[in-house]
Amino acid sequence: MEDFLVYFYQNKEAIFIITLSIFLGVEVISNVPSVLHTPLMSGANAISGVIIIGGIILLGHSSLEGISLNLILGVFAVILGTLNVVGGFVVTDRMLEMFKKKKKN
Amino acid sequence: MNTSLQDLGVSTGDVFLEISYLVAAVLFVIGLKLMSHPESARKGNFWAAGGMGLAMITTLLLHRGDDGSLISLNNGIIIVVAIIFGSILGTIIARRIKMTAMPQLVSFFNATGGAASALVALMEYSNPNNTSALVTLLGLVIGAIAFSGSMIAYGKLDGKIGDIFAGWVKYFNMVLMVITIALIYFMLAYDLDASTQSALAYALLAIALIYGIMFVMPIGGADMPVVISLLNSLTGIAAAMAGFIYHNQAMILGGIFVGSAGSILTILMTKAMNRSLLNVIIGSFGGGGAAADKEHGNIKEITLSDASVLLSYSQTVVIVPGYGLAVAQAQYACNDLVKLLEDKGVDVKFAIHPVAGRMPGHMNVLLAEADVPYTKLVEMDTINPSLPNTDVTIVIGANDVVNPAALDDPSSPIYGMPIINAHESKNIIVMKRGMGKGYAGIENFLFFNDKTRMLFGNAKDSIQALVNEIKQL
Repeated sequence: MEDFLVYFYQNKEAIFIITLSIFLGVEVISNVPSVLHTPLMSGANAISGVIIIGGIILLGHSSLEGISLNLILGVFAVILGTLNVVGGFVVTDRMLEMFKKKKKN
Repeated sequence: MNTSLQDLGVSTGDVFLEISYLVAAVLFVIGLKLMSHPESARKGNFWAAGGMGLAMITTLLLHRGDDGSLISLNNGIIIVVAIIFGSILGTIIARRIKMTAMPQLVSFFNATGGAASALVALMEYSNPNNTSALVTLLGLVIGAIAFSGSMIAYGKLDGKIGDIFAGWVKYFNMVLMVITIALIYFMLAYDLDASTQSALAYALLAIALIYGIMFVMPIGGADMPVVISLLNSLTGIAAAMAGFIYHNQAMILGGIFVGSAGSILTILMTKAMNRSLLNVIIGSFGGGGAAADKEHGNIKEITLSDASVLLSYSQTVVIVPGYGLAVAQAQYACNDLVKLLEDKGVDVKFAIHPVAGRMPGHMNVLLAEADVPYTKLVEMDTINPSLPNTDVTIVIGANDVVNPAALDDPSSPIYGMPIINAHESKNIIVMKRGMGKGYAGIENFLFFNDKTRMLFGNAKDSIQALVNEIKQL
């Protein structure tokens, strides 16, 4: 029990953010018309590529002396994360562009 | 007494980095908020992407490692090259993909995000400065499940992988789950030497990957949208776990925000199908049942000329599109039909079921691609009350979403699912390739309704023929 309390106290800021973010996500999504569900899923998917920051941090501070497994995995993490972010945003834009076009007609 | 940055042991750059993360987090939220309206959606996507770009650049320039040093030039070059490579590849894939293949693509991109999370967690686990072993291991497991699960979902949607419905899968998955939890507990509770730790981390990764595969494998194609949405939220949570490791608030907020949004979307979808999430994960759609023995009545066909006269002299027409329409690439022909009928003074609308297509809102995207104005797309709950006064309802390539069995046959597997009440309108024309059953494999009594007439054939050909016929009237 005490372990849990210590853990909570040490990480209280993060736990606050997590808790409030949950409500934020629910609030923002609840009012979305189903017309936009696919682009929204795709856009949210792109945001979940925020792991790219972790990839950059990791690869940024890994040792370059010789080619280590960590280095290779780090490069993969950054490439995969970028794919998620860039691909996700581009394809979402492509979908939304089609919605936008209709307005002029 | 004023405190200086030096007293806090931070540089101006450190502060700017945190400010940029705050800005990025705000942009994520504003972006997703703007995306909830068609007019502002594109701007919203742009803002969210801007936030991500900002956070990536400031991290690259300003982040300091455990030893206090910035990212070195050589490391920076490797990162930039990797990012450029990923960007080019991502852009090419995103530009080339067909709109009908959108669900596969979202699955695929989700898989890459999950894989990146799992890799980051795997490497951070062996970092001695990392104090949150539990969160790291959870990130590893969740990221790996999101990766392998999304790849299977991708394969299934793309028709490369079939379903397996074996009963043992359920128990196998439970066993895997227990092993995973036991392994995590073991790794946290005991002081292990570095090599054992690393070996166990790989074992955990392998088990999580298998779990992801076996978790998605038995889930039927009709339930795939729910699964994609669920896996999407898992990727978000995995990213947030990594944010926890780095004390990075932008990652935590972005990840959890997406995780919670994805969960809500998942629940909305299961509601639209009138099923619980547990039911989707454990149960699978079976065919037939007792309903199959019921008296069918007769199928009546309609000729093209009869259909064209019927449509031309109607006042209101509602089109119910299904995935079959998209498969036949009939969206464009369909739009021609709509324009033609409107020129004749017919009021035409599309009725969109929440789960039409292969993911929620997919049908809207497919129709938008063919220049159908989104104001013509009406949601199920809005259109249903007006259907009894509708002259003709045309069902194109849709099946389960107009099956009245969902309303009046408690023995039907889709009983309770809200449907578009096509059977209430004055006339119904069903365009279908043949008498095959829908995705759920259930007989549809709408086809045997007295008011229903069938127009068999490829949807695109049928609609084009119909357009030509109407032009000649």
